[in-house]
Amino acid sequence: MTGATAPFGRRAHVGGALTTLGGIARSILAFVVVMLLIAIVWESAKWIGGGIWREAFGVALDPPHMPPLRITQLNDTNLPHVWEVIGALFEPATRRSEFSLFAVLLDAAIFTWRGAAIGFVLGAAIGLALAILFVHSGLLERALVPYVIASQTVPIIALAPMVVLWVGRDWPSVAIISAYLTFFPVTIAGIRGLKSPDPRALELMRSYAAGWKAVLWKVRLPAAMPYLFTALKISATASIVGAIVAEAPTGIAGGLGRAIIQFNQQFTSGPEKLWATAFMCAALGIAFFALVRIAEMVVLRNRMREVEA
Amino acid sequence: MTRHVRYYLPAIAVFIGGILLWEVAVRALHIQRFLLPPPSDIATALITNRDLLLQAGATTLLEAVGGFAIGLTGGLAVAFATARFALARGALMPFAIAANAIPIIAFAPIMNAWFGVTSPVSKMMIVAMLVFFPVMINTVRGLTSADAASLELMRSYAASEREILTRVRIPSALPYFFTAIKVAATLSLIGAIVGEYFGGATVALGRIIVESASFLRFAQAWSAIIVAAALGIGFYLIIIGIERIAMPWHASMRGRT
Amino acid sequence: MNNDVSAVVEVHELNKTFGNAGSETVALSGINLSIRPGELVSLIGPSGCGKSTLLRVIGDLTRPTSGTIEVNGKSATRARTDRDYGMVFQAPVLFDWRTIEANVGLPLEIIDMPKARRAQRIADMLALVELSDFARHHPWQLSGGMQQRAAIARALAFEPRLLLMDEPFGALDEMTRERMNTELLRIWEQTGTTIVFVTHSIPEAVFLSSRVVVMSARPGRITKIIEVDLPRPRSDETRTLDGYFELITEVREGLKSGHVAGTTS
Repeated sequence: MTGATAPFGRRAHVGGALTTLGGIARSILAFVVVMLLIAIVWESAKWIGGGIWREAFGVALDPPHMPPLRITQLNDTNLPHVWEVIGALFEPATRRSEFSLFAVLLDAAIFTWRGAAIGFVLGAAIGLALAILFVHSGLLERALVPYVIASQTVPIIALAPMVVLWVGRDWPSVAIISAYLTFFPVTIAGIRGLKSPDPRALELMRSYAAGWKAVLWKVRLPAAMPYLFTALKISATASIVGAIVAEAPTGIAGGLGRAIIQFNQQFTSGPEKLWATAFMCAALGIAFFALVRIAEMVVLRNRMREVEA
Repeated sequence: MTRHVRYYLPAIAVFIGGILLWEVAVRALHIQRFLLPPPSDIATALITNRDLLLQAGATTLLEAVGGFAIGLTGGLAVAFATARFALARGALMPFAIAANAIPIIAFAPIMNAWFGVTSPVSKMMIVAMLVFFPVMINTVRGLTSADAASLELMRSYAASEREILTRVRIPSALPYFFTAIKVAATLSLIGAIVGEYFGGATVALGRIIVESASFLRFAQAWSAIIVAAALGIGFYLIIIGIERIAMPWHASMRGRT
Repeated sequence: MNNDVSAVVEVHELNKTFGNAGSETVALSGINLSIRPGELVSLIGPSGCGKSTLLRVIGDLTRPTSGTIEVNGKSATRARTDRDYGMVFQAPVLFDWRTIEANVGLPLEIIDMPKARRAQRIADMLALVELSDFARHHPWQLSGGMQQRAAIARALAFEPRLLLMDEPFGALDEMTRERMNTELLRIWEQTGTTIVFVTHSIPEAVFLSSRVVVMSARPGRITKIIEVDLPRPRSDETRTLDGYFELITEVREGLKSGHVAGTTS
């Protein structure tokens, strides 16, 4: 249900150390360029419709710049200057804190990531085990897979507040919700992937009188790898979202979710802290996704495969 | 029809069996009702709170559909603008793929500050951001997915860029586009509900779930989840219906006529 | 410059290299070829001999590195924008989202033919390839041979003066291929279109062609041009004639000598 069945498949070579490294470098460069463009658009918007500019990049403006328009969303309370957000990272997190905001947020990100990653691994393992089970049992597949598919349309994340009340206000709750969000995509992609080998390859194995374990290890699992990684990339993001949502409304201490709640309360006095927290969440999401993507490139090196949809 | 019923018989059996087992287990094992309410309690909560739940469902659905429309429009506009230019596509696609990994929900409090906590607009903006990236990424991929032979065929007719777009690129992009909006339909409802976790109108599904859960009124929380699930499945089915009408040729629909 | 308009295709000292300096592949080297109106010329050779590249150069799908090419006395690009070409590829390249009649009508939509004339033309073309009963079907509901017939109908739809066919029956089984060969000849005799036909099947080349152009690989060049003087109309009986087998042997020898020349040079 996740991938598109295109009328014409496009093939691309994924491996090849040189092209891959060049591709990564280009992607990072493109990313940085777009980030800079966003910063420029951000400041330009404030120049046109923000609050009064008394300084820019730490240099006092005399006379101050008066933006021609006044747009609420762009004033200094709602949209702090880019340098204010960056500067806030290197100032103490709170007035009494001995650590910088960056150190505090990094610590929170690691806490959130730990819960998410444990859940991610757990969910992926359960998802794959279920997929193997379903591929080998038609009855179980017919009985349970409709629910696996239907559940993708159900806001599973809505269960988060209840899981926290069942399991307790600590990282195991976070891990359970993350595992829950991970296992569905992996199960569905696993079934598709394990069923994807060419029937002739399965007949070849049959002609060797190979057992189901040999077929699984030598044909089905290798064929399923590209499908699994597509699901794992979705799951990596979902597990971080799950972790933040589990932490935030219920106030599990130590993670980014709690930091969002905490700095949201200080928004009017120091909006840059909430912005910095949101950006840390974004960085964590991208970092975890990139980690899975790198694992994918290592595992699937030297493979031709359909470009995923 | 009977073949269909027989095929899904195990699934139907699991559903009925699961509900019965749940009900019996909660009663037999004396699980405290506030921790795991039996299905009968949830059904009762659904019926007694139906007016509230309908109103809350309408609020949340408005946020989801509004945001979906904004995100869809934005995603399509950017995709069509960039798909034609290889350079813009090369710069924007890695960023969009990375941005798709951002937990957008972290920006919910900022959207609340910008557009008002109780205003549906703040939730719509979260939903729009959630919908934007998958729609944009898949549409660009779809528009560039037309195979080389089809493009050469059009070239041999000396067809114009516009003709290639409408006759080859857009039809080839449709399967990718529908994959994205099926994902986006689900995301939009989740986005609206989770957005409400961070504050919102009192009568909204997300608020009912969070508040019922924190007062240990789990039957009520479950009833709101069931309404959310029904809305999610409904939205998804509508998209599938549109897909069938728009792409009667598609492989997944062959042999059904 | 050769301005002999009596030739449909005039290729002079054509070269084509791929890749950039240092890692160049010479796909075509010193090609000279003249194709007269109404001819059916086959290009045959081992893979990598550039026969498809030559066809693509003629069809202006790729540009030559040096040398000249004229189609109907004009440049290949001009001929393409004048819609002088019909193309048939190895894959039928039919659009899944269009019915067979809409696929055949695609080039007619692009040249803005009025609707009534278009419908008539589609009906004629489908009758020509004997697919009239399948007009409302979608491509995936047809067999491979039927799909390729639809592709031929599409290519002939706007009465191109030159039909370029790139291994059109390569993916079909031997029996279907022979039947398609007979049908192609029937269509060719009815329409009088000039055809350039790329193949790697020797019997197919001999059976269809008025001339067989034998090519060799690395670098791609023409080693021999064989006149096929088998009587027309050709039928299954043609495949039993002594002359047919002699020509097959001649083409095979031509390919072998080209192969030897290619490896020793």
